[in-house]
Amino acid sequence: MDENSSARLKRRLLGIIYRIGLFLAMLTICLPGLWIVISSLRPTVEIMAKPPVWVPQEISLDAYVAMFSGIGKGGIPVIEYFRNSLIISVTSTIIAVAIGMAGGYAFARYRFRGKSSVFLGLMLTRTVPGIALSLPLFFLYVRLGIIDTHFGLILAYVALNVPFTIWLIDGFFRQVPKDLAEAAQIDGCTRWQAFWQVEFPLAGPGIASAAIFAFLTCWNEFALASQLTRSVSAKTLPVGLLDYTAEFTIDWRGMCALAVVMIIPALTLTYIVQKHLVGGLTSGAVKG
Amino acid sequence: MATVTLTKLTKRYGNIGIVHGIDLDIADREFIALVGPSGCGKSTTLRMIAGLEEISAGSIEIGGRVVNDLPPRSRNISMVFQSYALYPHMTVRENLGFSLKIAGAAKEDMDRRVAEASAILGLDTLLDRRPSQLSGGQRQRVAMGRAIVRDPDVFLFDEPLSNLDAKLRTQMRTEIKKLHAKVQSTVIYVTHDQVEAMTLADRIVIMRDGHIEQVGTPDEVFRRPATRFVAGFIGSPPMNLHEATIDDGQMVFASGEKLPLPGQFKANVATGDKVVFGLRPDDIYPTGHGISSGGAADVHQIELPITVTEPLGNETLVFVEFNGTDWVSRMLNPRPLRSGERVAMSLDMSQAHLFAADTGKTLRS
Repeated sequence: MDENSSARLKRRLLGIIYRIGLFLAMLTICLPGLWIVISSLRPTVEIMAKPPVWVPQEISLDAYVAMFSGIGKGGIPVIEYFRNSLIISVTSTIIAVAIGMAGGYAFARYRFRGKSSVFLGLMLTRTVPGIALSLPLFFLYVRLGIIDTHFGLILAYVALNVPFTIWLIDGFFRQVPKDLAEAAQIDGCTRWQAFWQVEFPLAGPGIASAAIFAFLTCWNEFALASQLTRSVSAKTLPVGLLDYTAEFTIDWRGMCALAVVMIIPALTLTYIVQKHLVGGLTSGAVKG
Repeated sequence: MATVTLTKLTKRYGNIGIVHGIDLDIADREFIALVGPSGCGKSTTLRMIAGLEEISAGSIEIGGRVVNDLPPRSRNISMVFQSYALYPHMTVRENLGFSLKIAGAAKEDMDRRVAEASAILGLDTLLDRRPSQLSGGQRQRVAMGRAIVRDPDVFLFDEPLSNLDAKLRTQMRTEIKKLHAKVQSTVIYVTHDQVEAMTLADRIVIMRDGHIEQVGTPDEVFRRPATRFVAGFIGSPPMNLHEATIDDGQMVFASGEKLPLPGQFKANVATGDKVVFGLRPDDIYPTGHGISSGGAADVHQIELPITVTEPLGNETLVFVEFNGTDWVSRMLNPRPLRSGERVAMSLDMSQAHLFAADTGKTLRS
């Protein structure tokens, strides 16, 4: 075999190995999700069967029907939970992104005293696990009377997300050349106009990804929400999952069905926004 | 169209001075080039004029109006950046019309002015492209178009050609010159490339360490450099500059070799003075292969060994050894020369320069 054909064979072989590796990785990532969807459609006996039944024998939407059937017929207040989740996640995301934009811009563009220590301090807050704060936060919230309210959770989530959004958005503003804002100012913009007309559109994809991350964090957060909410008026979807646990039993099918209901909006939102997360938008601005 | 006047213009960052109180008067419609090595304060000066840097002291007047504390948008200037700084999310048309849109111009007016500018710069066919779809030269042209559209009092250029390749740079240089002839406005052009400054400017301002070394026409700074720094900075290949001591009408170099003192400096130096002798490559040539500007009596003949030659076709740069170092000379109508060969060299002393060794100032009266 000559050198060229063996090199070609090697390249083909590597390509196949690469694809198998990729398939295994994707399988690991996707299988739990797929399992949840399947489990939501099967009867509990099949879910709990030993040895496991890999291929579903019976498919039904009973769990979904029951979920919306109201209290007493196996239903839970999904609509209320969904509403709470939406209000809390959207509001706290908007606030966290707004603060993140202001903070990220300041860190990217201005020089000020203690800049790096403030930045480091913000990052350090990320090292504290949220669950460790839940008990002190619980006592604090009880005293303040904001336990079991939208406001309380929004506050907690904003605090949780702001360091992250600042860090992420700072990076994206750094990628927007300073020259562009200066050119805009010479073209007649005020600092404020230069930001909105030039820097904001260019950092847009970054801000969108920060928003997605912040939203998903809030949407899926369980530890704090389970401590800080009590009733239908403030409980979010992840906390709602607990409604399917009784003293001695867990309704796995119902829980999976609710999980699917939770996943769908998050997936849709990510799908819509990811189209705007195109990198390289600033290419061509400056020498390339 | 406007004059620009800088008075005691100063920039400091904390205790570090960048620009040390420079004075400069720029006439209406004049093309001024600020040149100097990097870090000499030329870009900072330009940015202060643009309003992108605050000034620490002194004042800036544009068209007789003090603009010290006005934001960039109130100065009626436009600027072409080294990086072009085109808005990547806008088409060429939107880039050109951006300043008019911000100013709230009417649609027809905007279209007309964008069309005018794109016609001048040959951008007509590119109007709907985005900057990322343009070549370097085209981006450069859009950046200039954006400046023209505003119809500013003063154009500021911050090393606009540095990012282009050599061929395109020469081409764009010509275009900038044509553009200035067409739009007839005051231009302040920052560059570190003395060739750009020489070819484009009406007057050149040579800066060094935050001070102005000399202001003059290209001819003045080339023929009558005020300081040793200017002499070394302007001209390519650079002027031969070597220290010597005056001894009884002669210049004695470190190696002990001597040259006669050029007649035009005799009255200004005395025995024992330390000087820097300067001679451009054009004024030192293998005998018979150059043009002397002075009389025959001013041409000093000396035989020197050749170290290296660099043939350029129409001329050859010949490096000869004198005073232990290489002196570059320009040989017209070249003939082949060998390294190590000793050739008769002509030194046109009427074109020589002499600077005080300590202050670096010219000894020309």
